[in-house]
Amino acid sequence: MKLVASLAVLALAGISILFQRRYGARVTAYYDRNHRWAFPLSFVGFFTAAALLPVWLDVAQEELAVSVGVFALLSLGLNVVVGFAGLLDLGYVAFWAIGAYTMAILGGTGPLHFAHLSMWQIMPIALMVALLAGVLLGGPTLRLRGDYLAIVTLGFGEIIRILAENLESVTRGAKGITNIPSGEIPNGNPLVNVIVHAATHVENFWIRLYNAIAPGTPHPTRPVPGQDVIVFGVNPVPYYLLLLFVIVTMVLVIRRLNDSRVGRAWAAIREDEFAAEAMGVPTLKYKLWAFAIGASTAGLSGVVYAARVQFVNPESFGFIISITILAAVVLGGLGSIAGALAGGAVVTLIPEVLRSLPQRFQDARYGIFGGILILMMIFRPQGLIPSRRRAAELKGGAAETKGPLDGGLPADLATGAGDATA
Amino acid sequence: MPLLEVRDLSMRFGGLVALEDVDLAIESGQIKGLIGPNGAGKTTFFNCVTGVFRPARGAIELAGKSLVGRKPHQVTKLGIARTFQNIRLFANMTALENVQVGLDVRHRTSVVGAIVRPPRTRAEETEATVRGHELLARVGIEKLAGHVAKNLSYGDQRRVEIARALATRPKLLCLDEPAAGMNPAEKSSLMSLIRSIRDDGVTILLIEHDMKVVMGICEVVMVIDFGRTIAEGPPEQVQRDPRVIEAYLGAGAADAAGG
Repeated sequence: MKLVASLAVLALAGISILFQRRYGARVTAYYDRNHRWAFPLSFVGFFTAAALLPVWLDVAQEELAVSVGVFALLSLGLNVVVGFAGLLDLGYVAFWAIGAYTMAILGGTGPLHFAHLSMWQIMPIALMVALLAGVLLGGPTLRLRGDYLAIVTLGFGEIIRILAENLESVTRGAKGITNIPSGEIPNGNPLVNVIVHAATHVENFWIRLYNAIAPGTPHPTRPVPGQDVIVFGVNPVPYYLLLLFVIVTMVLVIRRLNDSRVGRAWAAIREDEFAAEAMGVPTLKYKLWAFAIGASTAGLSGVVYAARVQFVNPESFGFIISITILAAVVLGGLGSIAGALAGGAVVTLIPEVLRSLPQRFQDARYGIFGGILILMMIFRPQGLIPSRRRAAELKGGAAETKGPLDGGLPADLATGAGDATA
Repeated sequence: MPLLEVRDLSMRFGGLVALEDVDLAIESGQIKGLIGPNGAGKTTFFNCVTGVFRPARGAIELAGKSLVGRKPHQVTKLGIARTFQNIRLFANMTALENVQVGLDVRHRTSVVGAIVRPPRTRAEETEATVRGHELLARVGIEKLAGHVAKNLSYGDQRRVEIARALATRPKLLCLDEPAAGMNPAEKSSLMSLIRSIRDDGVTILLIEHDMKVVMGICEVVMVIDFGRTIAEGPPEQVQRDPRVIEAYLGAGAADAAGG
């Protein structure tokens, strides 16, 4: 049955190629990133495909898909800080750790037992906690520029990890916190009932769809009979779908921010902070917002991560994570949302793919990974899916040959605007 | 009451006195020139007025409101816009986007507003596009709206910078050597642009080295040297002032030139 589905996808691809031959110009227009349908089509297409992906995966691959989701969400958030606002943050892992530890502690499994909240309740709390941490770190440090900011954030990342190691009465130190509650939906008050009811319908739709494509696929979210909770438990698929949902939401939020005065302010700060301030951009305020949005995204990722692995310890939040996420953002294309997602996926997948190398190469796995990253940066310095602005930056004068990037008014505004729409 | 009034402005960098008791007043609708030899303190004066430096002493008031201690973005919001001696555009943004950053000073959309996009935000975005094109047309480069700023010619970059400054809807526009590096044709079209901006009701403070430009458009000129005012008055009068000739050409030159 999976074979049939795969064939169907191939057939679809074939049809679209034929279709493009026939209506070439019109179809390629959709690939032009200035086209008004370019974003909605690629957005819906990509995320529908991503939601269906588990159908073709075995459990180990589904686990990997969850890791990809966690890292894609992280690099999505860091891209706001580094890619949009141009602030080099080398301690980004701290906000991920804060999200994960918030989940562990408020979930009631740490040494402190003052709360027993569910993942759903903790998600907004952790978002706020990480956001506050971002503002607290940013307030004093964002007055620094460039290298100095990088060093201070690096220090912050280490401080959070060392705090987690030594604050044993809260975090149980190096032993870590185990048995973190997995995501579950309590069946208590009426509001939750409504949500569960709706979720069940959505879920049934998915189960039917999955079984239609590939009978016998494990259910995405399986209600446990006789219990009043839906346990996310050992099946990775619900976490994957939850991450996908969070990513979709954050992509829309971040995209809207970037396409507004906020995004223009960030870009101006990245280009020339002094000139931005002189042109009336409250630079400190917008840098703080970039930090806060990046931090809260990492916080959400941390919650889902902690709920999934049900265990956190300080070792999971080392400096190498900050560097990996930064590599993902640069690799994907600084300032590009799609690039950040692609970069997050690539840095998670390459080491895993390299596992299939012969045994004698296994020790050199991360060395090979590093080599691949270097090659990618040499041959594609603008990133996998570069932002238009970054592409222009690296191409220098060449941008002109491709014509104006953002020329002209939208058609409905162009009346009397002369040749602006040329 | 003058639009901008500066009294006893002094600025020091360590032991170096950059400005000493400088007074300046600009009436609304004037084009005032600020000239002086290299290192005289002209740009320092600009930086004090626009909030980049906090002066050691003195008062700066725009339409009666004190500017001392305000940050540059607050000064811009109160109505002073500037251009830079060495052009400082947002190099990898388009000409239109550069202007829109200036327009955003008068916009009220918050971060939450940018996400939710209520009607006001949409209206502001539309305004940013329409006004952005209008402003580029105003300085004569509407066709270049979609071009990345760094790919524009030097003269066009100056024009984008002026459009970006005008976008903040200033009462006072401070131009720091706008004619530097321009050829005679570009200079004369720049002069008529500056005059037409003044005719639209924007007061202009101009730092300029090029005497033809200064004498051609300024109604009043103030000369500073070593951080002190040495002369002030109409251009023809200032031009003949022995102290000014001495500052530019050295001691003795005044006698030779004076005749």
